[in-house]
Amino acid sequence: MAKGVWIVAEQRDGALRKVSFELASTARKLADQLGEEVGAVLCGSGVEAMAAELAKYGVDKIYVADNAALEPYTTDAHALAIAKVVKENDPSILFLGASAQGKDLSASLVGKLATGMATDCTDVKIADGKLCAIRPMYAGKCFGEIVIDAFPQMASLRPNVFPIVECAKAGEVVKFDAGLDAAALKTKVAEILKEAAGKIDVAEANIIVSGGRGMKGPEGYGILEELAGLLGAAVGASRAAVDAGWRPQSDQVGQTGKVVSPNLYIACGISGAIQHLAGMSSSKYIVAINKDAEAPIFARADYGIVDDLFKVVPALTQEVKKLLA
Amino acid sequence: MNIVACVKQVPDTEAQIKVKGDGSGIEEGGIKWVMNPYDEFGVEESLKLKEKFGGEVTIVSVGPARTMETIRTALAMGADKGVQIDDPALYNADAYATAEALAAAIKGVSYDIIFCGQRAIDDDSAQVGSILAEILGIPQVTFATKLEIDGTAVKATRPIEGAAVVVATSLPCVITATKGLNEPRYASLPGIMKAKKKPVDIKKAADLGVTGASKSKVAKFTPPPARPPGKILCADDTPEGKAAELAKLLREEAKVI
Repeated sequence: MAKGVWIVAEQRDGALRKVSFELASTARKLADQLGEEVGAVLCGSGVEAMAAELAKYGVDKIYVADNAALEPYTTDAHALAIAKVVKENDPSILFLGASAQGKDLSASLVGKLATGMATDCTDVKIADGKLCAIRPMYAGKCFGEIVIDAFPQMASLRPNVFPIVECAKAGEVVKFDAGLDAAALKTKVAEILKEAAGKIDVAEANIIVSGGRGMKGPEGYGILEELAGLLGAAVGASRAAVDAGWRPQSDQVGQTGKVVSPNLYIACGISGAIQHLAGMSSSKYIVAINKDAEAPIFARADYGIVDDLFKVVPALTQEVKKLLA
Repeated sequence: MNIVACVKQVPDTEAQIKVKGDGSGIEEGGIKWVMNPYDEFGVEESLKLKEKFGGEVTIVSVGPARTMETIRTALAMGADKGVQIDDPALYNADAYATAEALAAAIKGVSYDIIFCGQRAIDDDSAQVGSILAEILGIPQVTFATKLEIDGTAVKATRPIEGAAVVVATSLPCVITATKGLNEPRYASLPGIMKAKKKPVDIKKAADLGVTGASKSKVAKFTPPPARPPGKILCADDTPEGKAAELAKLLREEAKVI
C-alpha cells in the first residue's frame, strides 16, 4: 500500500530554490491530514548539507543522492535516480515544482513511473483519502479538479502560490545510491548561458510590471524597468509586444507564453486580449493603466487608471520612491 | 532523415471557454479549432530538417474526426503523410494514455527525431512529449528554443529561470518545441491542393494494441473564480494624482508594496 507524501526538492548552484519550501509546507499539511510522513528527494553533488533546511519546513525524511553525474541537472540522470528511490519506497503522493526544471523532470517521471499527474496546480487537497488537485486549464479560462488512479499520485505546484510554513521536523537523512552509470546517460549539459544578473523571471516574480502595444516601441519599456527595479518586480510583455520584437519571448505572459499568479500585476498599455487575460487573471491584485476606458483589461482590474501611461507610470515611480524612502 | 511531428487540434487562443452545466467538460459548440501553436513550431522545424537533410515528415495526431483538418494543415505546410488515431476510448485520454497511443503508432514509422509542442494550450499538461520519450526509451529535450543537428549529434537550447541551458544528446530523440524555435510558415495554395492527395492512415486503439485507459481524469471542470468589481481611480484628475492614489491603495489596502 502506497504511503507517504513526497516532494522532489529543487536546488541550483548550491542552494535550495524557494519552491522547495512551498512544496515541503504543502506536503506537511496534506500528510498531517492523512496521518503520514513527508519525504523529500534531494539530488545533486555535495547537497547533503541542504537537508537540514528542508527539515525546518516539515520534512521527516530526506532521501539524498550525492553523485557527480547529478550536477548540473539533466533530465535523464535526475529522472533515473528519483524513479529508483520512489519505486523502492512507494509514496502515495509526489509533488514537484512547476518550475522550468520541475516541469521537465515531472513529465519524465510520469513516463518512468507510469502514473498520472496534474500539472501547474494552484491548490491541492485530500478528498476521500485521495489527492484532489486543482489546476487552471486553457491557461485559466477554466479550472479542472484532477484525480489520479495510479501511484504515486503526482502533481506539479505552481511556484509562488502555496504558502511557506515553518514546522520543524527531525529531517532524518537517508542516503541512497542513484544507481547511475555515467556512460549510459544520454544527455549532458554542454553550456549554461546566464542572463543578466538579477533578472527576475515572470514565472517566479511576486510583482510583474507588464507592457503591451501601448508602450509604442522597445524604448517605452524604460519606464517599466525603472518601476520594476524599485519594486523588485519582473517586467512582462503581451504577445503583441513580443511578436513586434520589442521584448524577449521569455517575458511573454498569456496563453502562448507564461501563465502567472503574482501578488501584483500592473498592466500598462495592455488592452486585454482574451489570451492575455487567461494568463494573468489568477494574480492576486491587478492594476490596469490604459488610456482607452473601454479596454477589456479594466473588467479584470482591481484598480484601474484611465490615462496616458507615459505620464502615470513615472508619477507612480516617484510615489513608490517616497513610500520606500 | 525521417521525422515525426505530433500535433493536437485545440480551440483557438481567442476562443471563450464555457464549462458545461454539469461540470463534465467544456461546451464545444462555436469553437474554432486550430493546430496547437506549439505544435506548429514542431512541424516547421521538421520541414526545415527535411529541406536540409532530405527524408520524410510524418504527422501523428490523436483526436476525433475534426482532427483531420489539422493533419491536412500540416501536410499543406509540406509534411508527407499522416496517421490519425481516432477512437472514442481516447477522446478524453490523459497524457499517459495519449503518449502510449502515439508511441504505438510511431513504432510503425521509421524515425530519427520526433517533435511535440512543449504543451497543448487546451489541457496545458506539458507531459506528452516526455512520456513518449520514456516509452520509446530515447532521450528528450523539452522547451527547445534552438536546435542544431550534426550527424547524429544534437544540441538543443532550453530556457530556465534566468538562464538558458544547451543540452547535448544524440538521435533518435524527442524534442518539445516552444516559441522562439522558428517562425512557422503558412500553407501555400499549391500546398493545400497537394495535401488533399497525401496519405493519412486512420487507426483505432485496438489497431495499435492500446486500450486508451487513462491514469488520471478531470473529475470536474469549473469556471474560473469571479473577480470582484474593481475601481477606477479618479479622486484627482491629473496623472500624478491618480498615481498617488494608486500607490496609497497598493500600500494600505492591498498591502502588496
